[in-house]
Amino acid sequence: MAQVVRGKVARVAGPLVVAKEMQGVKMFEVVRVGSLGLFGEVIRIEGDRAYIQVYEETGGVRPGEEVVGTGELLSVELGPGLVKNIYDGIQRPLEVLWKMGGSFLVRGVEAPSLDRNAKWHFEPKVKIGDEVSEGDILGEVPETSTVIHKIMVPPGIRGKVVDIKSGDFTIEEVVAVIDTGKEKKEIKMYQKWPVRMGRPYRKKIAASEPMITGQRTIDTFFPIVKGGTAAVPGPFGSGKTVIQHQLARWSDADVVVYIGCGERGNEMTDVLIEFPELKDPRTGGPLMDRTVLIANTSNMPVAAREASVFTGIAIAEYFRDMGYNVALMADSTSRWAEAMREISGRLEEMPGEEGYPAYLASRISSFYERAGMIEALGSPERTGSVSVIGAVSPPGGDLSDPVVQATLREVRVFWSLDQQLAFARHFPAIHWLRSYSLYVDRVGEWAKEHVALDWVDNRHEAMRILQQESELQELVRLVGYDALSPHDQLLLETARSLREDFLQQDAFDDIDTYCPLEKQYHMLRNVLHFHHKALEALEAGVDVKDIIALPIREKISRMRFIPPDRLDEIKAIHDEIDAAFETLMKKGGEQV
Amino acid sequence: MIREYTTISEISGPLVVVQGVSDAAYGELVEIEVGGHTRYGQVLETSEGYAVVQVFEGTHGINLTDTKVRFLGKGLTFGVSPEILGRVFDGIGRPIDGSPAPVPEKELDITGSPINPTARDYPNEFIQTGVSAIDGMNTLVRGQKLPIFSGSGLPHPELAAQIARQARVRGTGEDFAVVFAAMGITFEEANFFLEDFRKRGTLDRTVVFLNLANDPAIERIATPRVALTAAEYLAFDLGMHVLVILTDMTNYCEALREISAARKEVPGRRGYPGYMYTDLATIYERAGRIKGKKGSVTQIPILTMPEDDRTHPVPDLTGYITEGQIFLSRDLHRRGIYPPIDVLQSLSRLMQKGIGKGKTREDHSGVANQLYAAYAKGKEVRELAVVLGESSISELDRKYMEFADRFEEEFIRQGQFENRTIEETLDIGWRLLSMLPRSELKRIKLEMIEKYMPKKAEE
Ligand SMILES: Nc1ncnc2c1ncn2[C@@H]1O[C@H](COP(=O)(O)OP(=O)(O)O)[C@@H](O)[C@H]1O
Ligand SMILES: [Mg+2]
Repeated sequence: MAQVVRGKVARVAGPLVVAKEMQGVKMFEVVRVGSLGLFGEVIRIEGDRAYIQVYEETGGVRPGEEVVGTGELLSVELGPGLVKNIYDGIQRPLEVLWKMGGSFLVRGVEAPSLDRNAKWHFEPKVKIGDEVSEGDILGEVPETSTVIHKIMVPPGIRGKVVDIKSGDFTIEEVVAVIDTGKEKKEIKMYQKWPVRMGRPYRKKIAASEPMITGQRTIDTFFPIVKGGTAAVPGPFGSGKTVIQHQLARWSDADVVVYIGCGERGNEMTDVLIEFPELKDPRTGGPLMDRTVLIANTSNMPVAAREASVFTGIAIAEYFRDMGYNVALMADSTSRWAEAMREISGRLEEMPGEEGYPAYLASRISSFYERAGMIEALGSPERTGSVSVIGAVSPPGGDLSDPVVQATLREVRVFWSLDQQLAFARHFPAIHWLRSYSLYVDRVGEWAKEHVALDWVDNRHEAMRILQQESELQELVRLVGYDALSPHDQLLLETARSLREDFLQQDAFDDIDTYCPLEKQYHMLRNVLHFHHKALEALEAGVDVKDIIALPIREKISRMRFIPPDRLDEIKAIHDEIDAAFETLMKKGGEQV
Repeated sequence: MIREYTTISEISGPLVVVQGVSDAAYGELVEIEVGGHTRYGQVLETSEGYAVVQVFEGTHGINLTDTKVRFLGKGLTFGVSPEILGRVFDGIGRPIDGSPAPVPEKELDITGSPINPTARDYPNEFIQTGVSAIDGMNTLVRGQKLPIFSGSGLPHPELAAQIARQARVRGTGEDFAVVFAAMGITFEEANFFLEDFRKRGTLDRTVVFLNLANDPAIERIATPRVALTAAEYLAFDLGMHVLVILTDMTNYCEALREISAARKEVPGRRGYPGYMYTDLATIYERAGRIKGKKGSVTQIPILTMPEDDRTHPVPDLTGYITEGQIFLSRDLHRRGIYPPIDVLQSLSRLMQKGIGKGKTREDHSGVANQLYAAYAKGKEVRELAVVLGESSISELDRKYMEFADRFEEEFIRQGQFENRTIEETLDIGWRLLSMLPRSELKRIKLEMIEKYMPKKAEE
């Protein structure tokens, strides 16, 4: 065994501490700094000097104080008890810290990430004598009402099961023993994994199943798939966090990992208070029962903010390996990048663009690379996925920002938030002409099969109308509305209806907040159906003003408030539109 | 253990480097003796053999030969007790009202500690400010941090004073206090606030920290922190509801920039340091409510946007941290509208949970959303009309334009001493919405329209 490294503080500058006499310390090793035993991680080694990013406030630390190595790389604990928990950036359980240290975070406090006293019911899935290898499922633990925790053979272990338990155990108790030929390996219900390393899997596979979010602009227009990647850039107040929260609430993932990275404390509190109360539309269980929260808010130490993203994704990969679809939200990756910038500045590294370190792009890429749909190691055979949705907060909302640009090179969905839309309270403020999803075709194929054959056509037509609207608006600015042809005037009205009656969706309305695919489909179909009938009527000589004045339009505008279980009412509007036009044409005929 | 040195080797802007020190603590408070006077400073970097100290009162007059530097073995603290109420302190917490320092109950490090997110209680109690543009459209709640984004010459002092004067949570008579922190503003402006507190008879419920324009700039780094230390004590130890006014945060940020420049750090946007977001967060996040504690800290920071530019780093980073912003518009101000609040550019992120049935009124959310949408549309049409002439605008659009005008005149505009109830505010909203065809009111539920839309009397 390597001996414990003991050195001394030589310099303190903000979150960076330089320690001397640190021979033998490893890169990324966790160390305890000073008399308070602050947590830190070695991020550069020069001779006997170790450069340490400290995860806690360094006020009061002085040269000469002791620095002690732990011998371990920065790791997460993975096992039952993760779900429903809330951690800081280095996986310290915030709820426990609160009980131990009071309302304000105190320094140097240690608490295990997973509760050592809780008993979990372990149900074996293998027998004595079975040959097992890494990733094989040894047993199951019902962790919450919706998550069954699979206890897997940790990476790197292979052999014969010589003992397997059944019953209630703490995570420190041995539930299985595997004879690897060299040793008898005792397996507990938890394992450790270094956060900066991706967990192994058999192979990546192409993702094509949509992650359904219940958000119309997303599912219908710019969808994401399970195992996909998306970025939400936008200035402050444009709706990044609300979108992330909406996805955490309503997307059809099995497990959600939500990372509040350098953002507001109250936004985490909001989730903590609300999620236990909200019902998961798929399982009926509380939403919290599938959620893991990482909260390293803006005022918490910046080095731990840097780590929070890795802590989150390691946890996400772990559930992926069990065969689950995991959705990970990081709000905001810009704050993560800024944490890197701050540490890099203190290390006096050569700054790149906007002072960010030269490795910014490769770090961002290594993060998004950990998303994807995979075939997991071990048996039974299973697939799992991690979808990653990152908020990006560029200064002044300027998309030329290096973090935005590096992110856009990695992700396949771009939800571009628009400040003007946000000012007018058109939410979600996802700009329909500037956003894109490279999954549109794949999801279209899926939707044709699972929702309706004309799903793709409808989307296509709606997009075309919105594009034409923007061209016509240019024209209106030159010649005025009245100079437009009736046909164009109608198109503008339909575009407005698409925006106001379909794209706009109120996250805070009990009904509108979640819109299943069927409802999305019929809403859009009705808006387009009205447009088609109106075109026919125009052809037949009906005045566009009379079309626009049809009372049925008010019904179309209120479709979103009809609960999904009353889909029939929305479907019926289709026929009511027919009827309305029939009457209108008759009247028109009489007048002629 | 006091350690005294006369070994300053370098002076650069507000910083001095002291040689031969090997045990200075990061953040440690330092006394600097220059020509018989004592100044305070704080350790910004410590290493074997030297320490970098920022001097709050500036480095003028400091020399390398006979300036004494004493390391005090603790951080910068503020002594709190109930007696701080009614007192006036300087920017680092020394009394300047002629009375002796209050006897402290305890000394608190001004840096504070982050509130554990699990210990927070979500702010959801409606504060009625009596200002329609705030109560109706950008509702303030207890424990929120809601800054005023202003510009030079705009009436932010009047508005902030009006809020401080009128703010109350309906149906409660609980203990309140005001903490007022001035950073680099003029004597006149600070005095405007103090006079207002005095006239209202609330000076004895106020704690004042003054760092004025002619006071040392670096001291401003400490001012908001001292003020928030006092506020947290009043709120979470004494159970008071504390309103904190911090003005002007732009001056604070400039002090931060000065130190960063002196340290030759890689400058970020417009020369402000890259860590300014984090630094500001350690101030703004010191607002909120805590489970199991009675009091609350509500922050109204004020900042002036250089060149009225909301993308300038100070407003930009602030908006990324605070729970919304009240945005003052030079255009409305020029047109003589008070308060010149541009509601579209304003936001209250905590509004949703503070309004509605049992809090304000069930129609609040719908009315606010509809007013936003209609006003945005009306303003857009108004711009178009300037280009094209009113005649080429559709009839419906003309209605929207008229709506926008009346909205500014009747809803936004009000007197400096006019205190509207939330019901009055919402009723004005309905009166304006009744100008539009009902089919346009897509944001409000039908039941609400039935119930609250004023019936036209003559019909
Ligand atoms: N889908 C939505 N429905 C209703 N309101 C929204 C929606 N998205 C955003 N908002 C409003 O915009 C505000 C700012 O959104 P937020 O997500 O916090 O912005 P950001 O994270 O980009 O700063 C919210 O507080 C809310 O009032
Ligand atoms: Mg946000």
